[in-house]
Amino acid sequence: MVATLIRLLGDFDLAEEALQEALAAALEQWPLHGIPNNPRAWLIRTGHNKGIDRIRRQATFRQKVLEREAAAEIGTAGADQNDDSFGDDRLRLIFTCCHPALNGESQIALTLRIVCGLSTEAVGRAFLVSEETMAQRLVRAKKKIRDAGIPYETPEPSTLQVRLDGVLAVVYSVFTEGYAATAGAELTNDALCGEAIRLGRLLDALMPDNAAVLGLLALMLLHDARRAARVSRAGDVILLEQQDRGLWDQRQIAEGLELVERSLRKHERASRYAVEAAIAALHVRARDKADTDWRQIMGLYEVLLRLNPTPVVELNRAAAVSMVDGPQRALDLVDSLAARGAVTDYHLLHAARGNFLARLGRSAEARTAYETALAAAKLEPERRLLADRIAALGEGPTR
Amino acid sequence: MQYLLLIYANENEIQAMGTAELGTMMQEYAEFTKSVVQAGQFKAADRLRPVSTASTVRVRNGKVVVTDGPFAETREQLGGYYQIEAKNLDEALAVAARIPSSKRGSIEVRPIWPAEDY
Repeated sequence: MVATLIRLLGDFDLAEEALQEALAAALEQWPLHGIPNNPRAWLIRTGHNKGIDRIRRQATFRQKVLEREAAAEIGTAGADQNDDSFGDDRLRLIFTCCHPALNGESQIALTLRIVCGLSTEAVGRAFLVSEETMAQRLVRAKKKIRDAGIPYETPEPSTLQVRLDGVLAVVYSVFTEGYAATAGAELTNDALCGEAIRLGRLLDALMPDNAAVLGLLALMLLHDARRAARVSRAGDVILLEQQDRGLWDQRQIAEGLELVERSLRKHERASRYAVEAAIAALHVRARDKADTDWRQIMGLYEVLLRLNPTPVVELNRAAAVSMVDGPQRALDLVDSLAARGAVTDYHLLHAARGNFLARLGRSAEARTAYETALAAAKLEPERRLLADRIAALGEGPTR
Repeated sequence: MQYLLLIYANENEIQAMGTAELGTMMQEYAEFTKSVVQAGQFKAADRLRPVSTASTVRVRNGKVVVTDGPFAETREQLGGYYQIEAKNLDEALAVAARIPSSKRGSIEVRPIWPAEDY
């Protein structure tokens, strides 16, 4: 409903306040006069009127009042058939919140606050900042939307795909922050994963049969299906090969597998999310580590590297290579990645080196690599896992 | 809304251009400007002489201090601008992406602050 009011009133804050007033009016009037036939339409119409009242009350400049009133009047035509345009309004809102003229943090914060409806405090908590800091960030972002003229519209067909990629990147950031927090005491933030999947389903409903949307939704479902098995009761990381497969959500896996196939069947350039989902699918289909089709996974990482050439993908490819061609070739790949200097402080790079070195029987070097990783890791469960790895090298635990 | 599209490009690259290349660029600019005028979006546009011709003025303690050029050594310099009318940021960004220099340099898109909104 906020989405529709923003379209009608042309202003984020005004729409939020107007909806609050409409809800307050509903609490007063509905018990006396009964609930209207279409409560949503009633709330939007009331909110729209409250918003116009506010514009009239608050306006300092006559000209501005006229402009806003004109804009709001034009919007009135759509207010009666609001149930039909509701989905379009949400889609517009998502594209506004994820506009590339806003910085990445603001895009994520606005999406969680305005599209998902999380409280400012909850959004702040998800990103480890205080409610006040998050409130300021949101105010600045809304000010930019207003002052820079960021439109409340679905992009033109010519830019739709690029803009959609931006939206998907925001949704995936929400998911990955929930799935593997970058810092803090907990490995996962289930609420964020849930919101990201909800956003993915919303996009799939609003833009049906889009290969990239299907791919991302599949990827999130397949990862999220293993969530219960990834963390022990004590909050420790459990790696894929040690996970209790009975804890995997089979219904979600089945849905993810179906979606990834639908995405890959589309005759478009494969989306990076679909390729990642295909890799996740091979992992969940395997009975155990030995049964995993590592050769195909390695091939998929080669494809992914062309679509999304990042150090993280290179690192994951090296891990797959180690299962096909052995740890020496994987170590060479990681060393060449490190030599390019892109990611020297990334703890997972050192953790991967430690793993390959240990498998090559080079314990002393493996230990040094794991210790470098430990020094760079910020998440407690990951730090414990690395400490365990060092202990397993046989020279007693170090912390 | 009105937007100022500030064109930043590497002056050395432009100065190093041959006559043919420069001619092509001028032709592209002429066509671009014509299209903006025909779309009713044009407000103003100018090309600036190079940074080497610039002076900077400051008034400190009541005294006017004039110095040579701007201070910052940047890779790209402000070389010109378009002032346009656009429905919203997306429309302004689409116009900016058609400026010939956007292929090599960069275009900063800034909304103009109307006096009644101060």
